[in-house]
Amino acid sequence: MTLFEKIWDAHIVTKIKDGPDVLYIDKHLIHEVTSPQAFAGIEKRGINVFRTKNILATADHNVPTVNQHLPIKDPLSKFQVDKLTENCTKHGIELYGLRHPFQGIVHVIGPELGITLPGMTIVCGDSHTSTHGAFGAIAFGIGTSEVEQVFATQCLLQSKPKTMKIEVNGTLSKGVVSKDIVLYILSKISSSGGSGYFIEFSGDTIKSLSMEARMTICNMSIEMGARGGLIAPDETTFNYINGRQFAPKGEQWEKALEYWKTLHSDAGAKFDKTHTFSASDIEPMITYGTNPGMGIKISDFVPAEISINDPAEKISFNKSLNYMGLQAGAMLLGKKINYVFIGSCTNSRIEDLRMVAEFVKGKRKAGNVHAMIVPGSAQVQKQAIAEGIDKILITAGFELRQPGCSACLGMNEDKVPKGEYCISTSNRNFEGRQGPGARTFLASPLTAAAAAITGEITDVRKMLN
Amino acid sequence: MEKFTTIRSTAVPLPIENIDTDQIIPARFLKSTTREGFGENLFRDWRYDEKNNPKNNFVLNDLRYEGTILVAGKNFGCGSSREHAAWAIADYGFKVVVSSFFADIFKNNSLNNGILPVEVSDKFLNELFNEINKNNHTQLVVDLENEKITITDTNSSEKFTINQYKKICFLNGYDDIDYLLSLKDDIEKYEKNSNYLALVNKG
Ligand code: SF4
Repeated sequence: MTLFEKIWDAHIVTKIKDGPDVLYIDKHLIHEVTSPQAFAGIEKRGINVFRTKNILATADHNVPTVNQHLPIKDPLSKFQVDKLTENCTKHGIELYGLRHPFQGIVHVIGPELGITLPGMTIVCGDSHTSTHGAFGAIAFGIGTSEVEQVFATQCLLQSKPKTMKIEVNGTLSKGVVSKDIVLYILSKISSSGGSGYFIEFSGDTIKSLSMEARMTICNMSIEMGARGGLIAPDETTFNYINGRQFAPKGEQWEKALEYWKTLHSDAGAKFDKTHTFSASDIEPMITYGTNPGMGIKISDFVPAEISINDPAEKISFNKSLNYMGLQAGAMLLGKKINYVFIGSCTNSRIEDLRMVAEFVKGKRKAGNVHAMIVPGSAQVQKQAIAEGIDKILITAGFELRQPGCSACLGMNEDKVPKGEYCISTSNRNFEGRQGPGARTFLASPLTAAAAAITGEITDVRKMLN
Repeated sequence: MEKFTTIRSTAVPLPIENIDTDQIIPARFLKSTTREGFGENLFRDWRYDEKNNPKNNFVLNDLRYEGTILVAGKNFGCGSSREHAAWAIADYGFKVVVSSFFADIFKNNSLNNGILPVEVSDKFLNELFNEINKNNHTQLVVDLENEKITITDTNSSEKFTINQYKKICFLNGYDDIDYLLSLKDDIEKYEKNSNYLALVNKG
């Protein structure tokens, strides 16, 4: 059996003939944007939340990332965040809201608090729930009607997806990090290449990665169209979890560990599809278009139009380049950029901040660049301060903000102005994602930091010794 | 949910691939805490300029096209899980979306909101775009009972498939929560028998 099948089967409450499975959900994470209508839904039905203890809430999408001690200025955002507090209080749900020491992006806080554990089923009304798969959990995003299902019954009706294995083997070159791996895979299999599948990432390159780096990869499995992605838990996983706030302790830890060690795909397990990549083929990556599958090696050219045959694809390709203000066949290196955003549930963990700090130490950002770095959680922020990372970043001219989704989605106050280019460590370069008319290049924290220093798209390898 | 049987309508063509839910409804319009009123902002940034004037070249502003069926390019609804995308489509008045592929979460969201996602072959999708292009009054018939979509002008048709459980829900107007609530005993039995839950869910 595959790892995915082991966990899935262990969570089936019952099967519906010719229909979906009834899947039990261990952990349900919620936030302010996709939960209010679900709360209203169960209230309308006159029922209570079934298992309040399995739910955890935070406010992240809609919160400002400066002056979090002051009331939220935007009345609609404030109303939504207040509504979450009201709903959580009413239904007895644990909330790590604004100003709570555990507050942060929902996919950053679950793992760092030891709430995300191997073998679990985890859902959230947010597509990047796939992040938690890095721990060997089945974690996926759901819509608000499904949030309501889980409120009502702690279960979901789900059809079992097919399984895909993506193996990456070999050693990464200098300047190439996990974000490059996932952007590379995306450029190869496209933004729909994982559709209908649940992906298991494996191979010695993946095994060598830290938990933070693994989360970056699983985070973007949704960008491949996959239902989610996971990685078998190993010593790296167990060491990361051990001792965290809500992780099992003592005898419970021992028992859990014993079970977790059985969580891997059996030798000879059958996957519906397999892709194999070599780490040595991967370079620092960057996207040029308006979906995350439109990526190239940073030293490559934007593809030429003639390389595309399908007429519908051609229209989409041209629309995309037109939006980005780029020519087919152009080179991206040397292109001037005015905005840098380092943050989001893809790259806002302490390791990301350390990576950026180490790189920019003793350097100064280019005059034209607005460089924003946004920690994923209050705990990340605290840790960064404890390590002196905040000073390094501020000296280099970066604006270090308070935790939240920030300029990842153009919903809160942090936006990229119309027509401007932004190198972003987030996960989506869709039209208008970072604000109406904003143009996003997705890249790794290192590539983003290099661009902040030079003011243009830069091959970070040239700046490393 | 309303019962769904057969829909006969002209269609609105949107021959663009990978339409993500950020295009269907941009994040800045997700601040409402109810399910209503999102139709106004459906495809907001394609539909209106910064001054909120309608963009003439966008199909929803093109008076030639109307109807309750939206026909869109491959991989429709990818990206963010926001159900607001399905609410916006429903609120605008669409009952069916036709594409050659739907992103998983969007597909579930639309099924949960009474919008039927009809998945057709790339070839049939092209045929649809061509016929609608030739004649904007082209009528389509979406017959859920027989899982069939037909272009009435040419009588060309294709079968589509839908999960049988969902089909029953659609035909009868049932919803998932009613069904799940009827399984409470099974769910509690599952919880009692799960050693793992006891380990990780303290309290
Ligand atoms: S950081 Fe971005 S992608 Fe992640 S949860 Fe927030 S809005 Fe979604």
